[in-house]
Amino acid sequence: MSFLEYRVKQVPTGLRKILFINWPLVVLITAVSSVGFLMLYSIAGGNIDTWARPQMERFGVGLVLMFIVAMVPIWFWRNMAGLAYIVSFLLLLVVEFFGDVGMGAQRWIDLGFIRLQPSEMMKFTLVMMLAAYYDWLDNKKTSRPAFVVIPVLMIVAPTILVLMQPNLGTSLMLIMAGGSVMFAAGVSLWYFAAIISIGVAAVAGVFLSRGTPWQFLHDYQYKRIDTFLDPTADPLGAGYNIIQAKIALGSGGWSGKGFMQGTQSRLNFLPEKHTDFIFTTLAEEFGFLGAFSLLALYSLIIAFCLVAAFQNRDRFSALLIVGVAANFFFYLAVNLSMVMGMAPVVGVPLPLLSYGGSAMMVLLVGFGLLQSAHVHRPR
Amino acid sequence: MRRTARDAEDSARMINRRALLLGGAMSAMIAVLGVRMRYLQVDQADEFKLLAEENRINIRLIPPDRGLIYDRNGKIIADNEQNYRVVITREAAGDAELVLRRLAGVIPMTPEEVDRAIAEVTELRAFVPVTVAERLTWDDFSKVALNAPALPGVVPEVGLSRQYPLDRDFAHVVGYVGPVSEKDLEALESPDPLLKIPKFQIGKIGVEKWMEDTLRGSAGTKRIEVNSAGRVMRELERIEGVPGKDIRLTIDADVQNFAQARLGIESAAAVVVDVTNGDIICIASSPSFDPNLFVRGISYADYNILTEDDHRPLANKTVSGAYPPGSTFKMVTALAALEAGVITADSKVSCPGYIEFGERRFHCWKRAGHGTVNLARSLTESCDVFYYEVAQKVGIDKIAAMGRKLGLGQRFDIPMSAVTEGNMPDKAWKLERHKAEWRIGDTINASIGQGYVLTSPLQLAVMAARIASGRAVEPRLIRMINDQELPVPEAAALGLTPDMLLAVQEGMHDVVNAERGTARSSRIVDPTMILAGKTGTSQVRNISVAERASGVISNDDLPWNRRDHALFVGFAPYDNPRYSVSVVVEHGGGGSTAAAPIARDIILRAMSDGLPQLTAYPESQRARIETMLQELPLRDPVTGITPVKSRA
Repeated sequence: MSFLEYRVKQVPTGLRKILFINWPLVVLITAVSSVGFLMLYSIAGGNIDTWARPQMERFGVGLVLMFIVAMVPIWFWRNMAGLAYIVSFLLLLVVEFFGDVGMGAQRWIDLGFIRLQPSEMMKFTLVMMLAAYYDWLDNKKTSRPAFVVIPVLMIVAPTILVLMQPNLGTSLMLIMAGGSVMFAAGVSLWYFAAIISIGVAAVAGVFLSRGTPWQFLHDYQYKRIDTFLDPTADPLGAGYNIIQAKIALGSGGWSGKGFMQGTQSRLNFLPEKHTDFIFTTLAEEFGFLGAFSLLALYSLIIAFCLVAAFQNRDRFSALLIVGVAANFFFYLAVNLSMVMGMAPVVGVPLPLLSYGGSAMMVLLVGFGLLQSAHVHRPR
Repeated sequence: MRRTARDAEDSARMINRRALLLGGAMSAMIAVLGVRMRYLQVDQADEFKLLAEENRINIRLIPPDRGLIYDRNGKIIADNEQNYRVVITREAAGDAELVLRRLAGVIPMTPEEVDRAIAEVTELRAFVPVTVAERLTWDDFSKVALNAPALPGVVPEVGLSRQYPLDRDFAHVVGYVGPVSEKDLEALESPDPLLKIPKFQIGKIGVEKWMEDTLRGSAGTKRIEVNSAGRVMRELERIEGVPGKDIRLTIDADVQNFAQARLGIESAAAVVVDVTNGDIICIASSPSFDPNLFVRGISYADYNILTEDDHRPLANKTVSGAYPPGSTFKMVTALAALEAGVITADSKVSCPGYIEFGERRFHCWKRAGHGTVNLARSLTESCDVFYYEVAQKVGIDKIAAMGRKLGLGQRFDIPMSAVTEGNMPDKAWKLERHKAEWRIGDTINASIGQGYVLTSPLQLAVMAARIASGRAVEPRLIRMINDQELPVPEAAALGLTPDMLLAVQEGMHDVVNAERGTARSSRIVDPTMILAGKTGTSQVRNISVAERASGVISNDDLPWNRRDHALFVGFAPYDNPRYSVSVVVEHGGGGSTAAAPIARDIILRAMSDGLPQLTAYPESQRARIETMLQELPLRDPVTGITPVKSRA
């Protein structure tokens, strides 16, 4: 069923749409973000102005954006998908050649009031584009090689640009989110088996190319992988982050050291404690109970997203929702694996918690798209 | 596209099935994360708690020893002195207040210092050592060690801090060090982590600042274990840093001291340059100040005294002062004219005491005029009209080019603060700076070093060196780095013929030695050290027509800051030049009376092993010079103490 066959009269109109918003999801998102504000306040040593207040302001703006996006009919967004994808792709090209260099990597365009990261935008415009593509495609053709190559190119082209920035975390994120949409759209499982084999081969290539002039990754990225494999080898250099993060986590114990009592973050042993490693402070101060509760909240958000996808019989909407949910999930799965020492440190923030305007804003707009799909679903 | 209802149902079913699969995979991953979390936070909690509690590794930097600064003969100018200090730790002291009061009975401490120390000790954590007294004498320091049983928790420590034993003599040249400021950090692209150590000191002005990278060295590191409260448990490893490099200046500390003493209480500057290689032998600016005050943290009262003094002790007049060169500039005009072929050594000009140009009258300093004047006489008697006439024929652009060739209007690359470019004006400059055409009157003023022309004493000394040698001598301040001689590039020839140079040099010889020379009273009679030079007196005010009519007010009747600047540039020995000298005495009056005698004494000191020999002076002056030299407040070679002489 496509939106053209909607009995449009049954779709809520005007301000009544607000009643049809997936409110549990809004509450959950706000709850998780509030945990973030609390942690940012604690990490700044009880100072609200350092990180907590700007983060709250951005959350407010993001929430408003989310509602605005949700109010716009989903078919409008479907029609915009191609344009949005092309615009983000062009912006990626712009940062590649003219962007500011921050933290050793070229990632954003400075617009004055906000630093725009096209790679963040791309996470959702790619999902939109793929959902629109499969909405257009006859489902019988889904698994034909020619029609599989097209979405693969849509994923690979921006991924290469992001990888060149270089931003390993986000490029992984693009591949996984795009792959999820293709998977949900019903592409034959054989393709995924093939892709995974190629992926394994690529990883092997990455390691084999090391030390040659044409090595795939930057030296610092190789170093991160090395120290992931054996953090004790360089406890003061590259392994420092992981060791200190694990100590913070582990020393939190069952119930934690108490709010604002985390010695690891207090004494500045933790690196990037307000951004990528924010979870370690939470785990240190609120212990296993706190950390597990957060994980439960995150699981609930994903569960609500998937239920919304089941409820939605419009192909574009359902795929979009799956894409947004997958994106959110991979964010948190990679970040948590990273800080718990199960994956290399690739620089992926914890969604809704880590300090950073661009990621927060884009994530909320993504949820806005999900809400729009939910509000305007065929009934 | 339109789909059949069947297709749509198929599609929705497919998506639901796949989404369910995805959801299953996600749940599995979340379960893995949960299990990992439990493993780290519950099963392994005790181990990690122990690590967090006791086993944290920190890196601390070890500051390197700063490089030392010596004079050309190896006499120390900037030293790292043992700084004896006393440190107290509260937990070892028990009753810290009692111990501190007892300590105040052993070493000199004011009641305020004691109170401040008590406040600081009780505020910080028990194990943090607090410095309660610094820069103790060895006696006080050993008293603390002796009384150790009565002073639990008190530890006598030795550190290094910068010290300038020759205090005032090198305040302007070497400068001083001070704590790193926010501004210092902002100025740097990627600051050395050393700079963030509390109380770390870097060069603030002078050689200390401009040779900072050479002097600083690089940090060592020590890895230490710290417990959860931040207490140091043990040192794991220590990597020593690289100490800073030592620097040897070109300056002779004894000549510098003599020059500083000879300038005395005047607001003045003196520079001596080695003509053969550009070495700056002495570069003294007076009055000076004690840089050690700044290292220790100068008090407001002391600082105000320095800033409110109208003789500006903080300014380094030798390189930052830009003065109209007055008649010392006449060699430039003369050489420009000779090179342009406008005059020869024998050309004659008639001086009636003034020239008229349009509405204006330009006066010679001698109202009655000099009569017929040739080049040599124009220098000897410092006739202005000669230069008024000649300059009009040469034109300002050629004069300016000659000035630049001789070192004026340019910034020399020496490691000192606020080195001025001075000003060597030409037509293009005036058009750009003042948006006005260059006038003949400007040329006339410039020809005798007035108007827009500005020079620093260093530039004047270099100018004299270049006239004496005929080569483009470049001044230099650093002779050796870590006992490694820096190479001196051969100075290029100026491209002036020996005849031209000789014409000007002869004139300068006669200024000091001829019967009618303006600096005759400052001549040197020792035939191996004959001095040649040129006096200058530059106006700092305009003389009105009315004043000229009623007679120009004499300098003695003017307030100090309205008096003329006195200048002298010269070189010696005349027949085989070795040193050039420049002296500027701010508001000193006439160059021949205020500047030339100082220049003679200083250049004689540079040419002698010790104090200048009386036999070098004309017989009639010897008695007076002897008294003057004896009364000079020179640094005692044994004690290193300078007698203090205050301005009346």
